[in-house]
Amino acid sequence: MFALINFSYLAAAVCFILGIKGMTRPSTAVRGNQIAAVGMLIAVVAALLHQQIVSYPTIIAGMLVGGTIGVWLAKRIAMTQMPELVASLNGIGGAASVTVAASTWLIALTADNLGTTGWAVAILVSIVIGSVTLAGSLVAVLKLHGSIGDSAKNRTWQLVALTTLVAVIVGGGLFVNGTGAQPLVLAALVGLCLLMGVALVQPIGGADMPVVVALLNAYSGLAGAATGFVLDNQGLIITGSLVGASGLILTAVMCKAMNRSLPNVLFGGVFGQAGSGSQARDEGDFYAGKVKYATADELALLLDSARKVVMVPGYGLAVAQAQHAVKELASQLESRGASVSYAIHPVAGRMPGHMNVLLAEAEIPYHQLKDMDAINPELPQADVAIVLGANDVVNPAAAEEPSSPIYGMPILDVHKARTVVVVKRSLSPGFAGIPNSLFIKDNSLMVKGDAKDVLQATTRAMKDL
Amino acid sequence: MEMFVLSFTIFILALFVGVELINKVPPTLHTPLMSGTNAISGIVVVGAIISAGSAGVSPTVAAVLGFVAVTLASINIVAGFLVTDRMLNMFKRKV
Repeated sequence: MFALINFSYLAAAVCFILGIKGMTRPSTAVRGNQIAAVGMLIAVVAALLHQQIVSYPTIIAGMLVGGTIGVWLAKRIAMTQMPELVASLNGIGGAASVTVAASTWLIALTADNLGTTGWAVAILVSIVIGSVTLAGSLVAVLKLHGSIGDSAKNRTWQLVALTTLVAVIVGGGLFVNGTGAQPLVLAALVGLCLLMGVALVQPIGGADMPVVVALLNAYSGLAGAATGFVLDNQGLIITGSLVGASGLILTAVMCKAMNRSLPNVLFGGVFGQAGSGSQARDEGDFYAGKVKYATADELALLLDSARKVVMVPGYGLAVAQAQHAVKELASQLESRGASVSYAIHPVAGRMPGHMNVLLAEAEIPYHQLKDMDAINPELPQADVAIVLGANDVVNPAAAEEPSSPIYGMPILDVHKARTVVVVKRSLSPGFAGIPNSLFIKDNSLMVKGDAKDVLQATTRAMKDL
Repeated sequence: MEMFVLSFTIFILALFVGVELINKVPPTLHTPLMSGTNAISGIVVVGAIISAGSAGVSPTVAAVLGFVAVTLASINIVAGFLVTDRMLNMFKRKV
């Protein structure tokens, strides 16, 4: 029986690997996800067969409650809120690892059957990574949601993080060597790690949340792998490391797209803040009289003669829920024989692939979505590039001004298009907190307003032409 | 200790498999990839089930924690797979 159960876990892990393999192509991805779900079912059934289990009501109750909440979340969430959902699920995954480790340890303590030092280390690692993931994700969700802004007390938070880290190392040492193997010590460790999670994420700016979400995704996987060590369950270890690897790769992709190192994103908050304060004051001078404004009607006239149009979506598109309005305008343009493509910067939006999901929701064919390397050589031939709520990722300063804080960050070269139209609610700076020299270029026009309203007005105006 | 060495070997090898596999996922699918990995990280439900089910021989705190663990892991599994499916179907619609 024991062997059968363990083989089932292996089968589940193989299903997960095949599932992720399916995700390498949009056409096979749905099937991949289903294979992974089947793997999960196998694992759950195998777990229920464990001979250690004496009662089922608690298990069934938990599954019903969790399942209902899960269905409710998955049905009701808007595509624009995906970053918040993924961040929440990261946190819940971390919390699950903590509770499993704590519960397993308490059961072993009561049975007077505490394992080896290695086992205690695995418990400790589950608790530490899981709690940090939980608290960090909570802060990330609130920041993504806009409920909390960026803190001005970054140094204080970093001091808190350092202090709690020392305390966790001391407490963890006592816990592992047996002298501190008491429920109270465990509870204190959880508390300290939660505080550490908050202190680690709080100083990181809202613009860097995509990196944090990807990293916490990796942590939630590693917490799961640690739980695998606690339970001596290799299926869990394999799955946890798959998720960990996924999160780490996405973290690396995002860092590369911002031309920053991971330590700079995680601990560079202090310096970033000092820079933005001084620049904010120069902003009025920077733009004074140099920005040319246009209306939606003028934009419609401009588009009427355009053959090649490139849309550049950013976070503003998600905020305005303008994905369907983009599609409408694009259909209008296409019916007039223009070609429309979409330029997607790797860090556009608030998480990897965020823009792609929104545009897919509006039924925009994904072969029209071009990533940065594919679209940049085409942009000089574009008649019109429409920037929809993107800012820092189209700032030419990143390529032209070595003094700029974002210098070196790869950008979409929209300023090379014949005309650039920026649809934006105000001249406020992007998350990097710096003015955008794109807005004062000779070939750029600004249409002030909410992306959705502007796009709809433009589509109407085009129909009337 | 031998068990640990074995487990650790598997852990490292699986990390490499993960890196190779996930490098092939196109950026377009990165958001569904994240929610999908959220779902499969719900595999800790296995540990949760065992803790919650052994509650008969353990203190109340452990039983409560076991229940919480099953609930949390189930949220991840159900919400993760369903929302990933919802997203991926959008990609499938127009090929």
